[in-house]
Amino acid sequence: MFAYYFELGLRSLRRNPALTALMVLAIGFGVAASMITWSVFRAVSGNPIPDKSAQLFTPQIDAWGPRQNLKGEPAEALGYIDAMALMRAHAAKRQTLLYQVQLSVMPDGNRDMPLNAVGYAVSSDFFGMFEVPFRYGSGWDAQADEARASDVVISSALDQKLFAGADSVGRTLNLGGHDYRIVGVARPWNPRPRFYDLFSTSGFAEEPDVYMVFNRALDLEVRPGGRNTCRGALTFTTWQEYLQSNCAWITPWVELDSAAEVATYRRFLTNYAADQQHAGRFAWAPNVRLRDVMQWMDYEHVVPSESRISLFVALGFFLICLVNTIGLLLAKFMRRAGEIGVRRALGASRREIYAQYLIEAGTVGLAGGVLGLVLTALGVSGVGILFQPQIAKLAHLDLSLVGLTLAVAIAATVLAAFYPAWRAAHVQPAWQLKSS
Amino acid sequence: MTVRPILTALRRHKAGTLLIALQIALTLAIVCNALFIIHQRLANLSVASGVDEANVFVITNQWADVNRSTTQVDAQVRADLIALRQLPAVRDAAPASGYPLRGGGWDNFVTMTPEQTEPTTDTAVYTGDEHFIDALGLKLVAGRNFRPDEVMVMGTQQAITPPTVIVSKALADKLFPDGHALGKSFYAMGATPSTIIGIVDPLHRQGVDQWSNSYAGQALIWPLRADDSRGIFYIVRAKPGQLAAAMREAPKALYAQSRLRIFDPKDGIRDYATIRHEVYDRDRGMAILMAIISAVLLAITGAGIVGLTSFWVGERRKQIGVRRALGATKHDILNYFLTENLLISAGGVVLGVLLALLVNGWMITQFEMARLSLAYVAIGVVVLLLLGQGAVLAPAIRASRVSPVEATRSV
Repeated sequence: MFAYYFELGLRSLRRNPALTALMVLAIGFGVAASMITWSVFRAVSGNPIPDKSAQLFTPQIDAWGPRQNLKGEPAEALGYIDAMALMRAHAAKRQTLLYQVQLSVMPDGNRDMPLNAVGYAVSSDFFGMFEVPFRYGSGWDAQADEARASDVVISSALDQKLFAGADSVGRTLNLGGHDYRIVGVARPWNPRPRFYDLFSTSGFAEEPDVYMVFNRALDLEVRPGGRNTCRGALTFTTWQEYLQSNCAWITPWVELDSAAEVATYRRFLTNYAADQQHAGRFAWAPNVRLRDVMQWMDYEHVVPSESRISLFVALGFFLICLVNTIGLLLAKFMRRAGEIGVRRALGASRREIYAQYLIEAGTVGLAGGVLGLVLTALGVSGVGILFQPQIAKLAHLDLSLVGLTLAVAIAATVLAAFYPAWRAAHVQPAWQLKSS
Repeated sequence: MTVRPILTALRRHKAGTLLIALQIALTLAIVCNALFIIHQRLANLSVASGVDEANVFVITNQWADVNRSTTQVDAQVRADLIALRQLPAVRDAAPASGYPLRGGGWDNFVTMTPEQTEPTTDTAVYTGDEHFIDALGLKLVAGRNFRPDEVMVMGTQQAITPPTVIVSKALADKLFPDGHALGKSFYAMGATPSTIIGIVDPLHRQGVDQWSNSYAGQALIWPLRADDSRGIFYIVRAKPGQLAAAMREAPKALYAQSRLRIFDPKDGIRDYATIRHEVYDRDRGMAILMAIISAVLLAITGAGIVGLTSFWVGERRKQIGVRRALGATKHDILNYFLTENLLISAGGVVLGVLLALLVNGWMITQFEMARLSLAYVAIGVVVLLLLGQGAVLAPAIRASRVSPVEATRSV
């Protein structure tokens, strides 16, 4: 019966080409607008580390006080003093500090020009906590942290540029005038949004080239290449004075596996801030935060408001297209009241009429979905003119988007057809037969 | 023409009437908000920067050797600037730690006294030497430029507060509303004050983010050569019409000074057309998207009205024939359908205005959007009423051509 109704539906589509075209266009445009904006939205709002996002936390401590903090919220990063105190206390199983560094690979025998190398100064736990995949070698261990070693992990892209993709573990790399030993080559790894550094990036930066030992970076006075935010009168003129200032520039992360561990760590943070208050460094009550990955992304407004506004406007657009479709389906179905009357008089039940017209609507939805798919594919490839390049290139048409486009188009059209089909099913056979 | 018979007839088409009215309402709600967004975003796009954008370009110069002392970096910077200024196509060049429309950068709080903890306002911070104003092509509207002996050196990660400062007119007016800012001083996160010696107008901030809208145009220039060991910006102003030549010559001249530097191949050297284009890509994209959605939406709503009205006309051919046979003119029939549509549209528009304000209210809470100006609602109402009348015209004319003979046919 389904196949027969489907065929009837197709035949009916051909009978009123203008009306059909209008419905198909409405559904197609509506679903395409929604899918294009959705493809961008899902790319920027997705969970970048799904299996661990609930175990990774970034601690915040208010070192600025109620008169200078962010409307009651602590700074989005730590200053040197608090960052080092957290590391020393080692209250979490795994923990890392990080800040952005901007270095350059010095020329050598093969290259006469320096190369830009952006990356992070991190602690040894960084690689395990964030599940950095390795092609060669591995990260460094805690002893290297302690020994303030000149170890670096490089990206496979940099390895490709410098060593043609060979296993470069053990080789020496001159970064900004200092020699470093390569201990690992990471596979391409660039979680987006870059949850671990939302302080310095908007979350959609290019893949980092190098990771160096945090303590070594401090020794070499490698300046933060990312953001830096301070309060009050600034007077520092040396690296040591800068470290002791209230400037925030270090992002800490800790891994906590259970609710109990989270509670314990939160207590530890509060106690630490209370100790600072007793010692006279803070003139205010403890004001600390411990946000996990998703909470942190939410707090940092990772999803650009443009992306959210366009998704909502596109959904509104789709809704209007559906209202439009309800009206047109109503017109289309009621125009065939006579035909329905005949079928009912010949014994078709309301149920059958209902099913027939829903299936007919489904065929409209399918046609709209196919058009929507074409428009979505066009839109996703042209999305670069609508969104920032680094965000636009994250949007892509994959199998799940294709499926979703078709499913949404058909489901929405069938939904829109409920009322028109109900009206069709309630056509009084006697009325229709009388006049003809 | 009386409205009563139309209303009676509409009661027989409750569903269709409601659907058209609802569609008009939703379309109005979306279109006025979209138009409003477009207007806001386009307004951003055309804000003046104060820069001679036709002739200025910016070189992002990253040093490869980060271990040099401030003195070494300063010597290199001075040599670079001399080389740049000597180029035949170059009018002037200046060192900088940032530039207008860069897309974010150095920002300081401003206070009137050193003890004050609640900042008076916020300002973008630029640093440069006595060539900075000319290199950007800024207009000095009061006071004087820096003297060479006032320019200080700022090394990596140093907080230096020069005693003199040039401010934008917007900042001067904010701090000293009486209009007498020259010679007055303020604190910008330094232990010592800076005295205003000159005022430029306008001077755009580095960023275009929404949070900084309330500080629009507020900027200061400190006489500092930012000799950061990591890198520096060179702002170069070409002689009129020689931008392309200057952009070709400049990197060669710098490489001739030293090769231990990096110009990013993608955005190491950008002219202001590119800078402006890139910093506003969000705003432009939003405006384009909203324009596309509004246009398609209006087209679909119009087409929907055509479709439904055609259906009604087809359904009522017999009644129309009867009316014509009883003496109604073609004009009466045409009027009937136009008035019918006007009534439905009016209902939809009333609902739509409410929805538009609701949507805007919700966007204000969600996206810190400004309040929808009623002018946009008015424009939206007029557009939709005209759209409705225009869409109904073709089916209505067809209806008016129905022959009175139809009344005598059985179907």
